[in-house]
Amino acid sequence: MSVDAATVRRIAHLARIAVTDAEVPHLQGELNAMLAFVEQLQEVNVDGVEPMTSVMPMEMKKRADVVTDGEIVDAVTANAPESEDHFFLVPKVVE
Amino acid sequence: MTDLTSLTLAEARDGLATKSFTSVELTDAHLKAMEAARVLNAYVLETPDQARVMAQAADAKLAKGEGGWLGGVPLGIKDLFATKGVRTTACSKILGNFVPPYESTVTAQLWRDGAVMLGKLNNDEFAMGSANETSFFGPVVNPWRREGSDVNLVPGGSSGGSASAVAAGLCLGATATDTGGSIRQPAAFAGIVGMKPTYGRCSRWGTVAFASSLDQAGPIARTVRDTAILMRSMAGYDPKDSTSVDRAVPDYEAAIGKSVKGMKIGIPKEYRIDGMPAEIEKLWSEGAAQLKAAGAELVDVSLPHTKYALPAYYIVAPAEASSNLARYDGVRYGLRVPGRSISDMYENTRAEGFGAEVRRRVMIGTYVLSAGYYDAYYLRAQKVRTLIKRDFEECFAGGIHAILTPATPSAAFGIGEKGGADPIEMYLNDIFTVTVNMAGLPGIAVPAGKDVQGLPLGLQLIGRPFDEETLFSLGETIEQASGRFTPPKWWA
Repeated sequence: MSVDAATVRRIAHLARIAVTDAEVPHLQGELNAMLAFVEQLQEVNVDGVEPMTSVMPMEMKKRADVVTDGEIVDAVTANAPESEDHFFLVPKVVE
Repeated sequence: MTDLTSLTLAEARDGLATKSFTSVELTDAHLKAMEAARVLNAYVLETPDQARVMAQAADAKLAKGEGGWLGGVPLGIKDLFATKGVRTTACSKILGNFVPPYESTVTAQLWRDGAVMLGKLNNDEFAMGSANETSFFGPVVNPWRREGSDVNLVPGGSSGGSASAVAAGLCLGATATDTGGSIRQPAAFAGIVGMKPTYGRCSRWGTVAFASSLDQAGPIARTVRDTAILMRSMAGYDPKDSTSVDRAVPDYEAAIGKSVKGMKIGIPKEYRIDGMPAEIEKLWSEGAAQLKAAGAELVDVSLPHTKYALPAYYIVAPAEASSNLARYDGVRYGLRVPGRSISDMYENTRAEGFGAEVRRRVMIGTYVLSAGYYDAYYLRAQKVRTLIKRDFEECFAGGIHAILTPATPSAAFGIGEKGGADPIEMYLNDIFTVTVNMAGLPGIAVPAGKDVQGLPLGLQLIGRPFDEETLFSLGETIEQASGRFTPPKWWA
């Protein structure tokens, strides 16, 4: 499988990464090189093989459903590029 | 007084305990060495003031006989570990001036045991790279050079700063992380030791995430013993990481010097790849002979799915990276580049904040997870991963204690020499190490010889889950037989 220029633009949008028209051919070449490299996986017989979900088998630890952290709003917003009154600011979303 | 930066971590620890020198003296010697070695670009942030405060505190505790396991020992920290109040960037522009209000579990455990932080070490951006060339702070220089040459070489990656700093005597040991070989490959390129523990052995909490099912923290140091000493502090269960394993942490140092007599060492034929340089073959067979001379038994084994590990990795790792890196949106921390709408802001921020390699991997990850392609790529890769793990399980079930392979297909190469035209050329660096991450196993890289140009080469030992101790015993056997490797000091 390989990707065309329109697919490259679509993937970039899904990944929320702006790409210029000038970048598309180069990215297309690189993505296709990677897709060509992984193509060899098609020759592996995976019939009846379970996909891996956890590399080390272990039982998930559970804990009581209680609040264990909080009241640290200053710390949470300390690194925000723009914030006001402990809220994160973003461009207007609703007209 | 001897040069305090040339001591091993174990020697420094013993010297501190017997009061031959203080932690402040030891720390100052390293800070001075760091200043003189800035041309290597190993540190992206030096923290001398904090280091001295920590060293003074360690000296006070040492005086009372309460120094702790690592009391007063100065270390470098890969910039992937969140350090409270100290800038942490994963060497990406998108994390800009991020100052964590919390400490990673691994580093918190090192400070608990009395270690001193010298600064933050360079790495490939978000740990994506095999040469430390993708860092926003520029490439790291390997202290090793080819004989008679002054060409700068890469230290490997992604833990290139850790490897370079440890090899050049800019810290006694360093933290590192390994997703596809990022501890072992740079350790091999710099002639030092790197341990990638079993998945779940060290907490991932507070470590910048790349590919969560593969990422594992571990130590890099100049000797096997030093690596074992650091491991004891770094490992352990953490309720904040649900994949960390609740299992007692052994005294790894006790494994040093243990007899390896009677151990069965697997030699996997699939690692004898086409076009493998003769000197790597030779290194491998000499390492096997060293283990045999120590009483181990060599057994030919087969790991038939080895060749599929790297392509499967280049689906699984970018897929997980694309989800993990979705958090960098210019809203809560890090870089923000304005846009007309919120979507434009996201896209502009991520285009400017991520470097080329990271953009490429996020995009390929997005593609393999997208509707219509998930089964063909991601699901298939996870099935292949099951087969890779099964190969190892069958091998260990047959009585094999550990597997010996080369660590890398070559010695260190020049900065800018690889991967410019074809990203796959760079990815092939991890061909021997990536299988270990796919199967969640522990692996250690130990220096074992030099190539014809005088550059260090390493061997890798792969162990059973949670049997790091056997790897330390075997690794030290190779170290004893091969000797240690120290680069000539050209930079200061």
